[in-house]
Amino acid sequence: MPNGVLILAEAEGGEIVTVTKELIGAAQRLGAGPVSAMLLGSGVEAAAGKITGAEKVYVVDDPALAQYTNDAYTQAAAAVAQKADPAIVLMGQTNIGRDLAPALAFKLGTAVAMDTIALEMKDGGLHTTRPAYGGNARAVNGFSTTPAIATVRPKSQDPVEGGSAGAVEKVAFDASGVRTKVTARTAATSEGVRLEDADVVIAGGRGLGGPEGFAKVEELAKLLNGAVGASRAVADLGWRPVSEQVGLTGKVVSPTLYVAVAISGASQHMAGCSGSKNIVAINKDADANIFKAARFGIVGDFATVLPALVEAIKKVKAEG
Amino acid sequence: MHIVVCVKQVPDWDIPPSSFKVDEGAKKVVPPAGVAPVVSQFDAIAVEAAMRIKDADASTKVTVMSLGPATARDAIKNGLAMGADEGALLTDDVFNNLDSLGTANVLAAAIKKLGDVDLVLTGRQAVDWDLGVTGTYIAEIIGAPVVTFAKSVTVSGGNVTVERVLPDAVETVESPLPAVVTVSNELGEPRYPKLQQIMAATKKPMNTWAAADVGLDAGALAPKLTLEALYVPVVDTKVELMEGDTPEEQAMALARRLKEAKLI
Repeated sequence: MPNGVLILAEAEGGEIVTVTKELIGAAQRLGAGPVSAMLLGSGVEAAAGKITGAEKVYVVDDPALAQYTNDAYTQAAAAVAQKADPAIVLMGQTNIGRDLAPALAFKLGTAVAMDTIALEMKDGGLHTTRPAYGGNARAVNGFSTTPAIATVRPKSQDPVEGGSAGAVEKVAFDASGVRTKVTARTAATSEGVRLEDADVVIAGGRGLGGPEGFAKVEELAKLLNGAVGASRAVADLGWRPVSEQVGLTGKVVSPTLYVAVAISGASQHMAGCSGSKNIVAINKDADANIFKAARFGIVGDFATVLPALVEAIKKVKAEG
Repeated sequence: MHIVVCVKQVPDWDIPPSSFKVDEGAKKVVPPAGVAPVVSQFDAIAVEAAMRIKDADASTKVTVMSLGPATARDAIKNGLAMGADEGALLTDDVFNNLDSLGTANVLAAAIKKLGDVDLVLTGRQAVDWDLGVTGTYIAEIIGAPVVTFAKSVTVSGGNVTVERVLPDAVETVESPLPAVVTVSNELGEPRYPKLQQIMAATKKPMNTWAAADVGLDAGALAPKLTLEALYVPVVDTKVELMEGDTPEEQAMALARRLKEAKLI
């Protein structure tokens, strides 16, 4: 009889990543039985001991898992899931989770709900809520098969606090069926804070009038230790690199503070930023859609508002 | 080399959010009046990826496949106008309300029916449900490896090489064919067909297949992921506009509110 919640833990540089703590927190709050974790990789046994709040930590430690491939990780995760026999499997909507979850779901004869932002137990089963249609809608899903698998959007759940380390159990897997291989990996270079990780994002739109309009956006980003984002129009016009584009076809960000400067708030853009905890809109058009999603707003011209805001924030910060 | 590109027709995503409506009873999006459905953006880019392979090797055959209502024919025609050779429309009443796995089962059955497929391309996600799972499901069903988030796709010597986009890196991944690759927007814009190509596309072969034609019965397509509700979230943030006679006053008011809210 399937029971409990199995979460996919991830480690980076020997440390457990934040989303893993969020998954354990979410799994505990579901109250759907014992919480266990699986950690897949090469040389990850030490990191397994740092996972807290899970009763058991399954570890698949194998050189074939040194770099992520769908083939190898799917087989390893399936080996753990078959052993643990959970009713629910949760992963982060991360590089690994978003690629692995559907393949694991198929292997286990079940289904997956991707990029969920809310989880609930009802009538003995998991029900998930996720954004759809570029964030314009919410879809609530249930599962007719077991285990129910969901990927969970980072920062959508409160992390587990404290707790003791779980008992580590090693699980073997057979790497002979791995067909794909990673032959090269080039780290993306970015200056300052990475857009997806940033707690503060200052984004500019076409209303800035040209690349020079971003000077004050950059200054504000620097002041708040944030990252610079751009609308699609701005990236298309070549004012800013495509890597800074926020939106459906760009990056999806969910910072604590998102300041949208001269951005109208088209669906395409909102799909990338609607998960932000607090949106501040600065736009000269009081009817701009962005104000509908914003907590704070200034109706005004960025050319005068933005320099004034930089000075005001410096002053307020200096007051301590 | 035979490439199948799976494309999905979706409601135009580039509409003002105010025109976005949901029929909560039917759990469906109400298509905005007078706005034609479009090819899901990433799927058009997947067609572009196929055409680049065909540019390099003219003997490549490209089939554009879509599951949907009769109107999905337009999504296929768009791919044919871009230079694909053949179309396959999968349409049947039993295909309504499939989950992603059901959709993948139908697409995979049609791919198997074609028989000689080396490479299957899809967009990294459809821009309606944003799940990003269909390509992976197809790969599992046909027993092929999958590589997701491609920014370039090249084939040689029975292998496919994919540059895979991650937020923090670009990976080069090699896989034997047949394989499934999902394509991301970093690959570049889809080519814009010339009028002449649009005309020529209407004369290209297009098969229309129902469930029975691809050897499927409705029972095999029952959803495992059930849709219980679809709604437009109520935005409970009422914007607080900063008062002030000058930009400096407005800016100072905002700075103080941000400070009070512990956001700076």
